[in-house]
Amino acid sequence: MNKFDIYLAGVGGQGIGLLSETLARAVDYSGQRVIGADTHGLAQRGGMVSSHLRIGTGAHSVLITRYSADLVVALERHEALRGTLDYLKDGGTLVYYDAVWQPLDVRLRRAAQVRNEDIEAEAARKKAKVLRVFKEDLADSRMQNVIVMAELSKAKLIPGVEKEHYIAALSDLLSGRALEVNLKAFEEVSG
Amino acid sequence: MKSMGEMLLSTGGGSEIVIGNTAIVRAMLEAGVRVATSYPGSPTPEIASAIASIPRERNPMYFEFSVNEKVATEVAFGASINGHLSCVFFKSVGLNVAADTFVQLSMMELIGGMVIVLGDDPGANSSQNEQDNRHYAHLSYTPVFEPATPSEVYVMFKQAAELSKKLRMPVIVRLSTHVCHAKEKVDFGPMPAHEHGNKPLFSMENGPYIPIAADALKMKRRALHKFWALKDLVEELPVNILEDNSSERGVITAGAPYLSLMDVLEEVEDKPDVLKLGIVHPLPKNRILQFLKAHKEVKILEELDDLLEREIKAFAYDNGLSTRILGKGDLEDWIGEYTPDKVREVLSKCWPDTFKPVNEPDSPVKLNARPAQMCPGCGHRSAFHAIKLALKDTDITVADIGCHTLGYLEPYRVGQVLLCMGHSTGTAAGLSMFNDSRRVVAFLGDSTFFHAGLPGIVNAVFNKHNLTLIIMENGTTAMTGHQDHPAVGRNFNDVSRKIPVRQVLEGLGVNNIREIDTYNQAGLKEYVEAALEEEGFKVIIAKHPCMLKFTREMRKKGKKLPRPVKVGEKCNLKYVCVGRFACPSYQIADGGKVWVQEDLCIGDRSCVQTCPSQAIEPVE
Repeated sequence: MNKFDIYLAGVGGQGIGLLSETLARAVDYSGQRVIGADTHGLAQRGGMVSSHLRIGTGAHSVLITRYSADLVVALERHEALRGTLDYLKDGGTLVYYDAVWQPLDVRLRRAAQVRNEDIEAEAARKKAKVLRVFKEDLADSRMQNVIVMAELSKAKLIPGVEKEHYIAALSDLLSGRALEVNLKAFEEVSG
Repeated sequence: MKSMGEMLLSTGGGSEIVIGNTAIVRAMLEAGVRVATSYPGSPTPEIASAIASIPRERNPMYFEFSVNEKVATEVAFGASINGHLSCVFFKSVGLNVAADTFVQLSMMELIGGMVIVLGDDPGANSSQNEQDNRHYAHLSYTPVFEPATPSEVYVMFKQAAELSKKLRMPVIVRLSTHVCHAKEKVDFGPMPAHEHGNKPLFSMENGPYIPIAADALKMKRRALHKFWALKDLVEELPVNILEDNSSERGVITAGAPYLSLMDVLEEVEDKPDVLKLGIVHPLPKNRILQFLKAHKEVKILEELDDLLEREIKAFAYDNGLSTRILGKGDLEDWIGEYTPDKVREVLSKCWPDTFKPVNEPDSPVKLNARPAQMCPGCGHRSAFHAIKLALKDTDITVADIGCHTLGYLEPYRVGQVLLCMGHSTGTAAGLSMFNDSRRVVAFLGDSTFFHAGLPGIVNAVFNKHNLTLIIMENGTTAMTGHQDHPAVGRNFNDVSRKIPVRQVLEGLGVNNIREIDTYNQAGLKEYVEAALEEEGFKVIIAKHPCMLKFTREMRKKGKKLPRPVKVGEKCNLKYVCVGRFACPSYQIADGGKVWVQEDLCIGDRSCVQTCPSQAIEPVE
């Protein structure tokens, strides 16, 4: 069946929307059909925010069936675990930026903060590959989504989508200094 | 696409990756909509954002956010009976607010045409229910188009506009959350030329327009005539899709559930045939009968309520068909959005041999949900923290709809009952009667104040109710994306005269009003304590500008935010900052120490006053 599903997750305010829009356009530039849907509404106020991207002619609904995403991309550690639990297929790939915005129950000391080991254990249960992304000297945390995208490009984790497609997509959505700064960060990582 | 505005205005058209809410604006422009109105409500606000991307002076369409959905519908109606094609759009429950106006539209000769775009919300992603607005269409003899994808939204809106102009009747285009927010490449056609004159064409010859006594029945007869004329028309409209797998089994469905069904069928060998309806009211009866006759068993795959099922079963009965029609299996089939997972579950009940439910992988890990939170620095958090200190356990708190609804969450738990927008004062009045011991406090946002809060307040003064109303004034309609409201001093198009909340209250005869900035927590606590001890109707205006809007505007102007704070040595783990004030910037380190996440903290310092050990310090 010709389809490749990408489930993106993060916390409202982390830039999931821009990442999802850029990936969708990058896939489009690669000549493949892409559909998807972002979360909008109150969830964006510090709640869990997700985005579905579905590539290929075998995808009809914009919503990915649970446990069937080929790739989960997360911008926060707890959402990386949630995405793996709820959406990642056996043998899929998880890429996550290791930022932590503790959810309410952790902050109220009712639940332990998720550790990277917890993510590795869950990925192992699903025989999935894990790529943890973390850039120590990242000046502006709002660039974390571009860093993750550069890793996707470098490791060619989205079939058929090459570096120039990501760059063309970014240039569609950003301009001026914002584009300049993001492209520089992208180049540094994607090589 | 460098600019959405240029794309929407482009004369040649072309294809572009857009969401349903953007595709519909291109359709509005191509159809020649002259007046569009709305009130913000998810999943529809992004329609207005797309309109806002069009340079004001080059946009042939006038758009406004009206004060609520009822007024928005009336403005669009007025433009239509003057000969201008109009469109009103709002979220599902907005139709309840607009109902008194909406149900009359089909009885009126809408010479300009009028399209009503609904943003239904199966699964209640961001609404107080998942009501099925197709019932309103039956109640008012109004046709309903139901697109499943952004491309269908684009095509069907134009068909609806054509039909509406031709039959001079209201037409509904019913969207749902994952059609509004679905993203795909849509092929836009060329932009037809429209000459938008300013000639008012309203005329009594097209009347009657006053549905009183005998005329009301005459106008109803006219509405029914139009609706009956549609029944033949819809048979030919190219909006229904047939998937022919030459099977004895069939499925009739509509809207986004069709896409979920196609996903589920991808890995099924003997696929049933599928009839996907583009118009769900009135139904293309002959097309359906033809499909029923060609199958032994037909499943009606219908999200929310059983309207298609009942009507299709009646067709079959009237025509003596023996086709076995499978409707809703159990009450669960009435509940929730028909995602691919849900459709697989629904079909596994009627055809277990073909459809297996998704098997849940067994993982010992349990992860609690991450609820929405008031943003770092939010004035509402400061308010709830202070108000909670002034409340007794026996007090009853009545929430309303807005960002401040989040007060009901832990650790604040302020807000115990919620009906709909603007209900709080009325509900609180009822709660305060024949109640000798429990004080009642209602909450109301400043946008909701104008939307539907006013009647409850007038009633409290008029009928001398005994309650305290706290108006959470943050100077914007924050929850849905910072749209302006009448007290802001700007509307969608221009600067406008401010209508200050306090002056309105005074004008309504409210004589016990206190007003304070919510960052002054001690002062607010005193005000609440005092008000709760007084008799009669008391109002406290708890004010602070929305800090998300404030920080975004600061960043846009390139201004630096104030320095964040940090937890100093004097901290002795009282956990008020992280556990009771609970700003999301405070995080718990292993071993229980508290630290501040600098990506979140905006340096507002409303937390400093909450620490019993004065341990919160600015970062140099």
